[in-house]
Amino acid sequence: MNLLALIGRVVLDFLAHLGRLTIFAGTAISHCFRPPIYGRLIVKQFIDIGFYSLPVVGLTAIFSGMVLALQSYTGFARFSAESAIANVVVISLTRELGPVLAGLMVAGRIGASMAAEIGTMRVTEQIDALTTLSTNPFKFLVVPRLIAGLLMLPVLVLIADIIGVAGGYVVGVYKLGFNPATYINNTYDAMEALDVISGLVKAAAFGFIIALMGCYNGYHSKGGAQGVGAATTNAVVSSSIAILIVNYVITEMFFGT
Amino acid sequence: MTDVPKISLRGVAKAFGEKQVLSGIDLDIAAGESVVVIGGSGTGKSVLIKCILGILEADTGTIAVDGQNVMHLESNARDATNAKFGMLFQGGALFDSLPVWENVAFGLRARDRHLSRDTARAQAIETLAKVGLDEQVADLAPSELSGGMQKRVGLARAIAGRPEIVFFDEPTTGLDPIMSDVINDLIVSTVKKKGITALSITHDMQSARKIGDRIAMLYEGKLIWVGPAADVDSTENPYVQQFVHGRAEGPIKMQVRR
Ligand SMILES: Nc1ncnc2c1ncn2[C@@H]1O[C@H](COP(=O)(O)OP(=O)(O)OP(=O)(O)O)[C@@H](O)[C@H]1O
Ligand SMILES: [Mg+2]
Repeated sequence: MNLLALIGRVVLDFLAHLGRLTIFAGTAISHCFRPPIYGRLIVKQFIDIGFYSLPVVGLTAIFSGMVLALQSYTGFARFSAESAIANVVVISLTRELGPVLAGLMVAGRIGASMAAEIGTMRVTEQIDALTTLSTNPFKFLVVPRLIAGLLMLPVLVLIADIIGVAGGYVVGVYKLGFNPATYINNTYDAMEALDVISGLVKAAAFGFIIALMGCYNGYHSKGGAQGVGAATTNAVVSSSIAILIVNYVITEMFFGT
Repeated sequence: MTDVPKISLRGVAKAFGEKQVLSGIDLDIAAGESVVVIGGSGTGKSVLIKCILGILEADTGTIAVDGQNVMHLESNARDATNAKFGMLFQGGALFDSLPVWENVAFGLRARDRHLSRDTARAQAIETLAKVGLDEQVADLAPSELSGGMQKRVGLARAIAGRPEIVFFDEPTTGLDPIMSDVINDLIVSTVKKKGITALSITHDMQSARKIGDRIAMLYEGKLIWVGPAADVDSTENPYVQQFVHGRAEGPIKMQVRR
């Protein structure tokens, strides 16, 4: 009986959160289309999310591409390794690893800092102060982050795809001794527009999720430093999980029978 | 026209879950009048102001500004109403990512988006001068200022937009007696003498006497006493007497445990 009550409470809690999150997202999206729009703040977020995430995402991508080439060589060594490896590297990167790894890295970097910044503003009443100064906090804080997340993650992932493929090339050519021209040709042959596009759609969705979770958790944080800490953790954990779930859903949409 | 109160509260109530914080507040504030609300910690003074500002939604009752109902406004109407207001927050609530002058000019630039940076800065520095801060402070970050200076910057931000109504949430708390008096004088010179309507909150009786035309005492969700500032020392009301004289013994029982 007690266990049932516990499960019930957890489910109700979860649904309440989901409801609040949906309302939050709806409000935020509606503010995206109503002036004033703060262009300067959007540009600042572009730089924060896009530019400053480049090192993290680039490093993740290059080593993923390298390890993919190395690992698949073990499996394919006895067959026509050269074409198979280029194939594996480009398909896994564009379809899955590029968007998912970039998404998870950016969730840790950007989602956390959004939640911490907005959360601190909440508990120190700076968000209340915005309202009294005739500035809507959604337009000022949430909208720029959502737009930047939505637009910048695809750019990051495109760059990650290129860097990752380059990583595979480096291992293939310099370590495994493949012919460079053949490797590049095989890569071109294996590359499909649909793979890349599905990856970019995923990236846009992940960017939106990261910004939404960061802003939502920050906006609703309460109770001082501890509350801000909890909000930061929640933002990272919930956006990471949401990324993995949405990744499956989008894959199903593009490639499911 | 002048008969319409600047702010009019009727039966304003607000609860957080089980906890009834405000239970039926009635108060009229005339244009140009300065009302001070006193009351113990946690009695809901800040909540009262936040309800008027629309930061919190009152559960029941009506709140009118210039005779216009301001409850449940959508965001653009809220922004328009809030253009009449200036607010000094209890904790300052300065934007720590912006330098002092941008804090002060924030409301000006939000309301007039064509205002040039230089004009905004000049106006901010002018307002800072009114609260006794010089130009060097303008480019500092709020975290580089002392508590008293932060209060003054908060005061400057509250009055920079030439509001018709200002709210001060504990303007002198945490300051030494001299700085408190400086802030009181600033409030008198920048608000009271300019005919701006003011609603202030304080625990500090000296401050209340100085900046208030009328004083209201909040206790257990209601305004149990409202009267001219001059009467606060002579009233028979035992609650007010206990508060004014700061006695532990009396009808007010501090809830040590909640
Ligand atoms: N956002 C909120 N959520 C839940 N409870 C709240 C919230 N804001 C205030 N309260 C509760 O309302 C009560 C009144 O709070 P308020 O901040 O108005 O007190 P106060 O009179 O301003 O006290 P002080 O003089 O210490 O500032 C407190 O018990 C507080 O716990
Ligand atoms: Mg308070």
